[in-house]
Amino acid sequence: MAGEGSRAGLTREDAAYVARLARIELTEEELGTYARQLAVVLDHAAEIAALDTSGLVPTAHPLPLENVLRPDVVRPSVDREEVLAMAPAVEDQRFRVPRILGEPS
Amino acid sequence: MTAAVGRRGPALALAAAVRAGEVSAADVVEEHLAAIAGCDGELHAFLVVLADEARAAAAAVDRQVAAGEDPGPLAGVPIALKDNLCTRGIPTTCSSRILEGWKPPYDATVVERVRAAGAVAIGKTNLDEFAMGSSTENSAFGPTRNPHDPSRVPGGSSGGSAAAVASGMAPLALGSDTGGSIRQPAALCGVVGMKPTYGAVSRYGLVAFASSLDQIGPFARTVADAALLFDVIGGHDDRDSTSLDRPAPRCSSRLDDGVGGVRIGVLRELVEGEGMDPEVRGRIREAAEALAGAGASVEEVSVPELRYALPAYYLLAPAEASSNLARYDGVRYGLRVDGPDVGAMNAATRAAGFGPEVKRRIMLGTYALSAGYYDAYYGQAQKIRTLIIGALDSAYGRVDILLGATTPTTAFALGDKVDDPLAMYLNDVCTIPSNLAGHPAVSVPFGTDGLGLPVGAQLMAPALEEGLLFQVAAVLEGAAPALGLPRVAAATLGSGGRAGGEDS
Amino acid sequence: MSGTWEPVIGLEVHCELKTATKLFCGCRNAFGDEPNTNVCPVCLGLPGSLPVLNEGAVELAMRIGTALHCEIRPSVFHRKNYFYPDMPKDYQVSQYDAPINVGGRLELPDGSTVGIERAHLEEDTGKTGHIGGEGGRIHGAAHSLVDYNRAGVPLVEIVSRPDIFSAAQARLYAGELRAILVASGSSDGRMEEGSMRVDANVSVRPAGRAELGTRCEIKNLNSLHSLARAIEHEIGRQVALIESGERVVQQTRHWDEDQGRTVTLRSKEEAFDYRYFPEPDLVPLSPSADWVADVARSMGPMPADRRRKLTELLGEAAGGRTDQIVGVVEKDLEGLVEAAVAAGIGPALALARTANEASANPDGAREVDPISYVTILRLEQEGLLSATQAKSVLATLLDHGKESAALVAKLGEKGTPAEIAARLGFEALGDDSTARLVSDAVEANPGEWARYLEGEAKLAGFFTGIVMKASKGKANGKVVAAELERLKG
Ligand SMILES: [Mg+2]
Ligand SMILES: [Zn+2]
Repeated sequence: MAGEGSRAGLTREDAAYVARLARIELTEEELGTYARQLAVVLDHAAEIAALDTSGLVPTAHPLPLENVLRPDVVRPSVDREEVLAMAPAVEDQRFRVPRILGEPS
Repeated sequence: MTAAVGRRGPALALAAAVRAGEVSAADVVEEHLAAIAGCDGELHAFLVVLADEARAAAAAVDRQVAAGEDPGPLAGVPIALKDNLCTRGIPTTCSSRILEGWKPPYDATVVERVRAAGAVAIGKTNLDEFAMGSSTENSAFGPTRNPHDPSRVPGGSSGGSAAAVASGMAPLALGSDTGGSIRQPAALCGVVGMKPTYGAVSRYGLVAFASSLDQIGPFARTVADAALLFDVIGGHDDRDSTSLDRPAPRCSSRLDDGVGGVRIGVLRELVEGEGMDPEVRGRIREAAEALAGAGASVEEVSVPELRYALPAYYLLAPAEASSNLARYDGVRYGLRVDGPDVGAMNAATRAAGFGPEVKRRIMLGTYALSAGYYDAYYGQAQKIRTLIIGALDSAYGRVDILLGATTPTTAFALGDKVDDPLAMYLNDVCTIPSNLAGHPAVSVPFGTDGLGLPVGAQLMAPALEEGLLFQVAAVLEGAAPALGLPRVAAATLGSGGRAGGEDS
Repeated sequence: MSGTWEPVIGLEVHCELKTATKLFCGCRNAFGDEPNTNVCPVCLGLPGSLPVLNEGAVELAMRIGTALHCEIRPSVFHRKNYFYPDMPKDYQVSQYDAPINVGGRLELPDGSTVGIERAHLEEDTGKTGHIGGEGGRIHGAAHSLVDYNRAGVPLVEIVSRPDIFSAAQARLYAGELRAILVASGSSDGRMEEGSMRVDANVSVRPAGRAELGTRCEIKNLNSLHSLARAIEHEIGRQVALIESGERVVQQTRHWDEDQGRTVTLRSKEEAFDYRYFPEPDLVPLSPSADWVADVARSMGPMPADRRRKLTELLGEAAGGRTDQIVGVVEKDLEGLVEAAVAAGIGPALALARTANEASANPDGAREVDPISYVTILRLEQEGLLSATQAKSVLATLLDHGKESAALVAKLGEKGTPAEIAARLGFEALGDDSTARLVSDAVEANPGEWARYLEGEAKLAGFFTGIVMKASKGKANGKVVAAELERLKG
């Protein structure tokens, strides 16, 4: 992504790129504010970013669990009326969305 | 006993009275609804009060008692639920516009469990939006105020639950703790708040903030009540893959065991650390002396690695949050702001539905995970977790329990820190280590500062040592100076059950 | 395609696993149900819901790994973050840098081997329908409708190495992979229903060069036929670009079956930044050695093993008959060949009748009584039925399927093959009658006979044809040949 370099330097373009990835519409003013505030937090994080952790394995879970599985057995689904009642827009028993530009991955 | 307990005493006594038929659950509920009517206008701890549902549930408990059945250990006890816990058919908002009006089609596991134990859900409490905050000011529906001083914050993010319990609107509450969101408001409101071992309580039905850190835990006015509530909600749940495979905890049975021979480490970083209020420091020193006086061996311990906890947390939690909160896109439930195409609709919905702090953390987390930054930020923060776990483990080689402050300061004024994210984040500096390590910790009220604002003493224990944690907490509670009545509180709260209160 | 260019192809195949339930919840995994009926808080990504991994899906993924000779390893699920309305959580749970199956291979019927990079578990998306556009396409649609029944259905994504060098080989790979998926009980492998979906990465390079050219990924390949067509077209497009001095741009392209061409979807510049990180709601998966061994033990032989075994059985007769061997194994009929050879039928005949007649009626062939089947082959081998007669009897027999044994039994188990043939309604022509028809043919065609005597051997076919016609196919070809030989002196 753009703007790699100085650790305090989070540009407005960086913020715009991140906002696009995060699908949040932000005003120019908000982009500036977030770029500034994020830079402050990231500056604070720079101390750990620079730390030598080569001997450490990452911890994804505090307690080591593995192989948590459930049997392949059908359980009741939720009633369709209840599901569709939550939706902002429904048509033909399906969730209605505005037109889609472009395809997924 | 009944007279002393009244209808708003500690949960244990209330449940005992209800089960014995000395007090009706219906009366208990009415008493608490009246307290809510009296206090919540000022405090705004509740987003919704479930009066009808609570009355119906209380009636059911009373019928069970009349029929000679056991309604459970929390029979008839009102409980307030943080509004990030899913409740079937009842709005669950996370204090966010984006979920306004959404009614989950299911109950969280903890909600099922407290109901099965006879508790009566009396309302959903306010929080910082999606539990992101330390003051409950980040609620889309307005802040909650501290019962001890309504010009001050109750802490957060579970500020509504803490205030509800402190003011006597509910004897029990559930909260969630990702970086201190139970313990910090408990400290600021003068109640007991506990974060269990990661995996000790099912997260099923807890709206996720940061999945690898979130834990649900109890609020109560006494250590015994908190232990009982933890016993009720704990234990394995096969709907949560990270739920530990062990039976329901039995901490309530250890409360009278004392601290003889228990090794307590006073954690220097959580007493002498940067930004610690001298008055808070003084109270923690007194707490250490009290434990020594009760027979514990007390020594000073230092874990310098804890200085990395806060920055690691502020990379990990937002990163997970940015992914967890992607689903609020206007397609399936909640708010939708229309747009010419689905991408524009998503972006407009999220712009309108999320508040500034949530957007800030989503932005931060998205950045930390984006191409080229994963290793430096998220990956590095995960290694810091390993570093901190190792450091705490070696401390626990010398002592059984660590003692420190829960928060660097007592309650601050509303509006004080809203414009300075970093200052706000520093509130969690003492609580975050337990979340990163997945260890249990509890905040117990221990005296006040010069303004009469509560101070919380934090006890930390190794994974799965909740029993010892509550055992020590009970001793600390017994030795704590009496805490004055909150300024905003139900009229009869003084009749029993405040932490350390001996005046009943 | 110009001979100086070598295409290099890698295939990514997504196959839906044949489990009872979805990957992370207990909703039914079923195709074609009413929209949004197989959904729950988990697969709708409702706030507060959590995934729990389906043991059955893990087992089927291990079957695929075993069938592809992969190493089955400890694995971790990641989140792949991107927004799309058919994805309820706006991230896909998938295995990223620690997949369950790594480093295998697939042997193709033509003898080539394609390396398998990985075969990992992930969840499927929902299904989007486009309204108001041309023919339900996404482009030009006014809006779209989403059905989440398929969201969360378990998938295994099988990624080949770039070891495929022609459209035909790609088609062979996909067909063989499908056979393996079906044989291992992992998937239906139905491309039309979308239970097997193939994406092709295609690049070209100057023949003989080691490094790869710029690749394009082709999506929307709904059949083996369109897979081959699309690759062929894409190779041509890339070669034309390069030969006209332009360069290939890395991009994703969509195969338009009606127009017979690929069209661009998006270029690398617009590529997604997926922000992968370990899924914190799931824990690592580490199948025990016992479990891996149990899965391997529970599996029958794969098509390549079965082809190898059949080839060994056939010995010399296998030579040049690869297609027949592939066909027999594909239709699961090598049992008939084995039964026939064991009963003394010549391998070539056993293979030919099974690859042709039995394969023409595979349902009947799977049910036919092998003893009865072999009986007919023996009649043919002993010359008591002509080839034409034998084929006709076999067709009847196969039509009877399960009742074939009863049919033959009714005719009587006892008796010489000739008697049985007679009872079946096929009286084989006696040798004397055949000899008479041969001499008739010789007398009627003196010119041809003279040339035959002078050494024009292929005229034997001419006389045989006349005799067969006259006998309505009842004559035995061997007897005709022997008689011609005798008359020739
Ligand atoms: Mg995939
Ligand atoms: Zn489901």
